[in-house]
Order: sequence, then structure tokens, then C-alpha cells
Amino acid sequence: MNPFTATIWFESFARRAESLPVRIHDWILGLLPAWPWLHWLVTALLAIVVILTFYGLFFAMITVTERKGLGRFQNRPGPNRTGPCGLLQPFADAIKAICKEDIVPATADKVLHFIAPCATVFFGLLTLAIIPAGPYFTALNLDAGVLYFFAAGAASELAIFMAGWSSHNKYSLISSMRALAQLISFELPLLLISVSVVMAAGTLSLPGIVAGQSSWTLGGIIPQWNILTPWGIFAFIILFIAALAETNRCPFDLPEGESEIIAGHLTEYSGFKYALFFMGEYFGMLALSGLAITLFFGGWNAPCEFLQFIPSYIWFPVKLFMMMCLFIWIRATLLRLRIDQLMRFAWKLLVPLSLVNLVVVAFWMRTGDWAGPLQLVRWAGAFALEFVPFLLIGRHMSKGLGPRKYKYAQ
Amino acid sequence: MSLSLLIFILIAIATLGSAAVALALKNIIRAALLLVVSWIGIASFYLWADAQFVAFAQVLVYVGAISMIVLFGVVLTRRAPVSVVDTTVTPSMRAVAGVASAGLVALAVVWGILGTELPQTSSRAAAPVVDMRAIGLELMGQYAAAILIVGALLTVALLGSVVVASHEEKLMKNEE
Repeated sequence: MNPFTATIWFESFARRAESLPVRIHDWILGLLPAWPWLHWLVTALLAIVVILTFYGLFFAMITVTERKGLGRFQNRPGPNRTGPCGLLQPFADAIKAICKEDIVPATADKVLHFIAPCATVFFGLLTLAIIPAGPYFTALNLDAGVLYFFAAGAASELAIFMAGWSSHNKYSLISSMRALAQLISFELPLLLISVSVVMAAGTLSLPGIVAGQSSWTLGGIIPQWNILTPWGIFAFIILFIAALAETNRCPFDLPEGESEIIAGHLTEYSGFKYALFFMGEYFGMLALSGLAITLFFGGWNAPCEFLQFIPSYIWFPVKLFMMMCLFIWIRATLLRLRIDQLMRFAWKLLVPLSLVNLVVVAFWMRTGDWAGPLQLVRWAGAFALEFVPFLLIGRHMSKGLGPRKYKYAQ
Repeated sequence: MSLSLLIFILIAIATLGSAAVALALKNIIRAALLLVVSWIGIASFYLWADAQFVAFAQVLVYVGAISMIVLFGVVLTRRAPVSVVDTTVTPSMRAVAGVASAGLVALAVVWGILGTELPQTSSRAAAPVVDMRAIGLELMGQYAAAILIVGALLTVALLGSVVVASHEEKLMKNEE
């Protein structure tokens, strides 16, 4: 085989691998009678089955990665008894959760107590449906995709309230209110950052935002992802911090800091309902990581042009896995914040900085035609516009915070 | 009966039904949560009418934000977690108030319908193509002033509430 035919064969192989899902879909539809409503139904069911299987298994694998990873960070082996290298641990955990007794407090609001965990998982799955995992793996392709994402996510706050209130336990209620205060505060920077990406892309549709980042510069090595612009780096950092807080992850895991307030709004939950909350939380993390990948890391696109032969449905899970590892790394590294520090951080630092970010995006879009040495000015200007306010606000916030004085505890 | 009409009737029953049950319930938290279901019904009506943007904005604002205000308000003002609404209003007064407010709403609706110029021909006009881009351009062009005024109004309300809240704190300190 000469090199030329080898290239052609290789390219056709890559194209076939890329279109594999759509061909499987067509093959399944070909087996059925040609009724339009049946095809519509089967397409929808296939999307649901794929989302449930993929994210369900991903969730299972992330839990075992997290437990093993945290073990390594803390210089211990982590789970290593079930299956090869402890890889079957999540399935053992699931069986344990199902078998546990489900205790409902006698005075609890039984209906809401039951609905709350279901709602958490349900809305988590709703947000996952919009994340574009590949050109043929976009379950919902809506014109207003970003808006849909936040609309579906907004309802998960209701589930937390329901959990806290229906338990008929004042500590559950108080900590659910605290959790809500945290979620509402950090939703604002999250939204503002998404707005700045929407402004840069000129579209609210998530596949549209991905399509805007699917080209390469410098001979196909450097991707044109939003993360590789001065505003993109800052925006991603803000979005990531807000995502940590939105999903109750360390260092913002005070709604259910085990060592301090039992389990917050989940105190009265046990067995499988508790596992459902756990699952909903991880679905939320996966959804926010998927959003971050879509907004900043070029979605399903390969980082270099010559790597395009690897199909898009491999790239997206790889990026998702790396984002989750970032979550785990931060959990193993940082300490928990106090609630007043948390609120101050959101309202006094993240919200102003995300507003500044909007201005910088506008500047970046306006100066798109600057060339030559002006391009350097463009980069430096955008960077300075981001960094100087950060420095000023940060200095102002940390003013007077020297060694701690214990006013009341002497 | 077409499928579209059937879906509309189901949405209408869900919306009105949950609102009616919310009014009848004594448990105020459950009533508030049922009101959220009713708002979701309205959002699904917008989706049925192919107005994605309005539907998602409805969910974001009402289900996400307004519901939180309602629930926080209830929890912060009621003493017991499960409390029954105890009103001094007699059933007859409630009936009068209900009929009066329903009449006002009906009056507004009838006025709106009578004031609308309906097309004389029975032929259907082509459905207008509404994409997000068109909505955005309209909002930034023709209706920019309205958006700015609404934004300024909401900001003033927010600042006002902060001022009111901080004033109360000062009073409490003085009392101590």
C-alpha cells in the first residue's frame, strides 16, 4: 500500500468512526416500520437511553476515581477490594444504598420528603440533555440553549428547599436556607460569565458556541478556544469557582460539611434517597463541567488539527474526565470557607469581576481587526483591563486582614 | 381533535388545577410549591406556542427567583414550620374579594380582545420566523429604552430594599 492510499484509507476510517452513532441510529430506525411518530418516539427514547447510560456510568466511575484519588492524595490506597483495583466499588455502593433501611421522620411531610431527591436527579438530567457531546450527540439543540441550561438548573434550588423543609427538623431547614443563599449568590457570576461568552459567540445555542471555536491557528496546533484569550482565562476561573460553589464542592461545601453540621439539609435522609441526592449533585457537577467545556474548551473539538481522526465522542468524555479530576484535586487541596467569607467572596469579588469581564469582551470584540503590533496592544490592554480591577478589589477586600484578633473568645 | 389541541387542554388543566388546589390548601408551603407547578404550566404553554425564549425566561424568573422570594418570605415570617393560615376575613368577604378581582381580570381580558383587530379573511398567514437573534436585535433597537427603564427600576428597588434592611439593623443595635 503506498502512502497516498494509506492516507485516503485513514481519512475514510476517521470519517466512518465519526459518523458511527448516526449510522447505528439509522440502522435501528431501518428495522422499524416507517411511521413518522414511531421514528420520533424511538429517536427520543434512544437519546434518553444514551444520556442515562453514559452519564450514569460516568457518575459511577467518577465516584471510584474520587475515592481512589483522594486516597492517593492522603497517602492511603483507597478502595481496592471490590473487583480489579477496586473498580467495582460504585456498584457495591449502589447495592448497599438500595438495601439500607429508608427512614422517614414521623412528623415529616411525606410527599415532599419523597419528591425532593427525585426532583434533584430529574433536573440534573434535564440540564445534561442540552450539553452537546458531539455533532451527533446533541440530544436537545435549542436556539436558546444557554437559557434552557440555567432554567433547568434553577429548579434544583427548589429541591433543596423541599428537602430541608419536609424533614421537619429545624437544623435541616436552617442549613437548607444557608445552602439556598449560597446557590443564589453564586448563580449570578455564573450567569454573567455565560453572558460574556454568549456576547463573544453571538449566539445562545450551545452547538453554535462550539462551532465558533472549531478552527485552529499556527498551522493547526493552537485551537481557537475561548480559554486562550485574555478574557477567557479570567472568565473560566470565575466560572469554575462559581461551579464549585453551585455544586457544594470543597472549599464551598459548607451546606453539608460533615464535620460541622452533620449533613445539612440531608440530615433526615437515608438509604437510597440519600444516594439519589448524591447522584443529583454529581449530575450537577457533570452538567456544569460540560457547560465549561462547551463555553471555553471548544466542546467536542480536538485540540490540534491532526488529532481530528479521533472521533468527537472520545474527546468530550476525555475533557469531562479532566474537568472532574480538577474538581477532585481542589477538594483534596483546599480548606473549607466560612459562610460570611463565602458570601463576601461572591458579592464583592466575583460579581464585580464578571461585570468587568463583560466590558473586556466588548473591547476584545471591537478590536478584532487590529493587526501587527496592535495585536500586542490588544492582548496587553485586555489583560490589564481584567487584572487591574482584580488587584484593586482584592487589595481593598484584604485590607486590615492581618493576624487574626479573637475579639469574643479571649 | 388534533394532538396540539389535546396538549393545550392538558396544559390548561394542569395550570389551572394546581393554582386552584394551591388556593384551597391550608398548608402554606405546599400551596407555594403548587404555585410553582402552575408557573411551570404557564411556561409549558409558552413552549407549546413555540416561544422558547419567553418559556425559559418564565422558568428562570418565576420558578428560579420568585419562588425563592415566596418561600423565604413564608419561612422567615411564620413561626411554626407547619402553620395554618388564620385569617380574620369572613367567607363572605373572601367571596366578594374573589369575585371582584376575577371580574377586573375578566374586564381587562375582554377589553383586550375587543380592542384587537382580527384578520378579516380566514386564510392563514405564514407563521413569523422568530429566532433569538431577531429578539435580541429588537430588544437592543426598538425597545432599548424600555429595557433600560425596567433595569433602572429594578436596581432602584434592590438598593431601596438594602437601605431598608440596613436601617432596621441600626435600629436593633440602638435598642440594645
